[in-house]
Amino acid sequence: MSGLLILIPCALGLGGLALLGFFWALRSGQYDDLEGDAQRILLDEEAGPRP
Amino acid sequence: MSAAATAGLDNVGELSAFLMPGADGTGEVCFAVPDAYCAACIDTIETALRETPGVVAARVNLSQRRVLVRYAENIDIAALPGRITRSGYRNFPVDANVDPRHDAALAELVRALAMAGFAAGNIMLFSVSVWAGADEATRALFHWLSALLALPAIAYAGRPFYRSAWAALRVGRTNMDVPISIGVVLTTALSLFETITGGEAAYFDASTMLLFFLLAGRTLDHLMRKQARSAVDNLAHLSPRGAYRILDDGSVSFVRLADIVPGMRFNLRAGDRVPVDATVLSGNSQIDMAMVNGESMPLAALPGVALPAGAINLAGTVEIVASRPSSESFLARMTAYVEAAEDTRTKYRRIADRAAQLYAPVVHLTAAVTFIGWLALGAGWHTALLNAVAVLIITCPCALALAVPIVHVVAAGRLFANGVVMRDGAALERMGTVRVAAFDKTGTLTRGRPRLVAQTPADPLLLVMAARLGTQSNHPLSRAIAATAPCESAAAPIVTERPGLGVEATIDGIVWRLGSAAFCAAIDDGEDSESHVWLARAGAPVAMFAFRDDPRDDAAATVAAMTRLRVPVQLLSGDRPGAVATVAEAVGAASWAARLAPEQKQAAIARLRADYGAVLMVGDGINDAPALRAADVSIAPATAADIGRAAADFVLTNDRLAGVPFVLSVARRADRLVRENLGFAVAYNAVVLPLAISGHVSPLVAAIAMSGSSIVVVLNAMRLRLGAGPSELAAQQEVAP
Repeated sequence: MSGLLILIPCALGLGGLALLGFFWALRSGQYDDLEGDAQRILLDEEAGPRP
Repeated sequence: MSAAATAGLDNVGELSAFLMPGADGTGEVCFAVPDAYCAACIDTIETALRETPGVVAARVNLSQRRVLVRYAENIDIAALPGRITRSGYRNFPVDANVDPRHDAALAELVRALAMAGFAAGNIMLFSVSVWAGADEATRALFHWLSALLALPAIAYAGRPFYRSAWAALRVGRTNMDVPISIGVVLTTALSLFETITGGEAAYFDASTMLLFFLLAGRTLDHLMRKQARSAVDNLAHLSPRGAYRILDDGSVSFVRLADIVPGMRFNLRAGDRVPVDATVLSGNSQIDMAMVNGESMPLAALPGVALPAGAINLAGTVEIVASRPSSESFLARMTAYVEAAEDTRTKYRRIADRAAQLYAPVVHLTAAVTFIGWLALGAGWHTALLNAVAVLIITCPCALALAVPIVHVVAAGRLFANGVVMRDGAALERMGTVRVAAFDKTGTLTRGRPRLVAQTPADPLLLVMAARLGTQSNHPLSRAIAATAPCESAAAPIVTERPGLGVEATIDGIVWRLGSAAFCAAIDDGEDSESHVWLARAGAPVAMFAFRDDPRDDAAATVAAMTRLRVPVQLLSGDRPGAVATVAEAVGAASWAARLAPEQKQAAIARLRADYGAVLMVGDGINDAPALRAADVSIAPATAADIGRAAADFVLTNDRLAGVPFVLSVARRADRLVRENLGFAVAYNAVVLPLAISGHVSPLVAAIAMSGSSIVVVLNAMRLRLGAGPSELAAQQEVAP
């Protein structure tokens, strides 16, 4: 039973971190242009900052 | 295309509508670059823009084929389109709101989806422990933890449903979101009550999972419509937003469309569209009327000729004088017709809404009867309430709400891969009911470009001579001759152009003329005289060239495929009867009508509906727009006029007519799948409802039943991607390239 008290917060905390990470990725535009980002790795120099 | 798309952009007046100024003097403007497809394209466009003074940043979005430019104060915005064009990509300004960074609705849906997924996943961990037999204190702890996760998630992720349900209830209507919202809220409230009182059953897992499934369906639906919108936007030709006015001192300035008053004089350059109804003052050109009245042969723009708004100037610059303001011009009248024809569309009620209309009262009545029944049988109010809510939970229309949109999403993906853009799911439902199809001729069944088909007498030397004269002319028919004739290396003669008549040249001391029958002293009173060109040698006619706007290669096969799908094809055209009859016979249309004004096309659609049932209209011109809107469902090719494409439900992006029977067959299969899915959802309810009424639904049964039924309808919808149904195979065999 005492194991649960440690493990449950750990599990929820990790899940919460993943959720926050997803929100961050969404907000910073990681999913805006999946096709373009796939092509961009072929460019030698990464272009300047996003508009 | 390139010239037409970018012509007239050298003035900020036209671009100002698309600028989004920011706070600090910088701003953003978005351009569509439909031809960009690779890493090199990204690099070329971005480099070209970044080297422009005043551009802070430029980023190509390849998924949307757009480039978003952020600029500083010192920018010369008018130079941007030219920059992109010089880097090799046609472009035109677009509203940036299709850009994902500006799509608030999608961001909300995805965030809600993530919240619901996170909550559902974690709650399921606790629920499995509870079902596995966690004891009293552990179960209470797990229920409380589940509540802690579920409450914020249900409050946040359910907002799209609560909003839509409330909007419907406020005007006294009901939609699918009403039973969903009631189900979710009641389930949560009951589970919370059970948790507080230490009861056995909490349904937090079921309600979050339900939201997750529904949000997944809704997000896919949103993505589908967005993809369709940006694909259709990227086809836009820039319709004129103004014109170049000639001032009294001879200088030229840009005037916005709305500010044009009759009497103003304008310069109309090659490639421009006529901005308002106008009359030609001077100059010599050919006007493409195909979009305006379906006439396949171009009109000579001579002084005094009236031009309707929307026609395209093909050759040289002409000076025109506005005869009507833009609000009374041909284009505005067509727009008014389109708006007036909205009726058919708004009267149509979507299958899902009709199902919800029946479903909600039945479910809520059943829940009420269950509650009263258990009370009457002497059970406590607690048991009665528990069983009534179980009815609501188990019948919460998860599968029903997914049954229709998921089929539409799969169908849209399938159509998109085959070059057809679908605007929304209702169009697919209406397409499934189509009984008769009406096709426009010019530009739809035909290419819209005249081609040389006959020469009398068939002397190749005369053709070569005509081509030598023709290459010097801007007239489309002369060009068609030049394109047909074998390559000729002789020096080009010096040609004089006679406006509205033809061209004349002196070669080796002999005067040659190429032009109309009258110009060449020939007598031509045949029905098709308008599509004939004569060649005269020293004043005597020696050859006649006949032109025809030939049907597309796949036109006959398309008509045959439609007929096999038991949809007869009618031809509605504004062109001359002779030209229409020829095409109708060539493609095998059931019947045809010619010289139809836009209003008459609309009336013809109404007649077809009375005779057969739901009508499909396929057309591309400005004059087709009212008919496209009046029909039950409509398709426009990619080359259609903006107003026609805006009025159509489906757009053929690859410009192949084979898309028409394909859409029809996919729509029929989708219709069958939708009915299967709805039938399954009803059968599922018929099975589980007795269980719920009799009080045998535990949280485990609810979770399995609900997710199971959702997965079944999604998998059933996926069948639309597998193989081809019989009607589709038939359509493909005939139309295959």
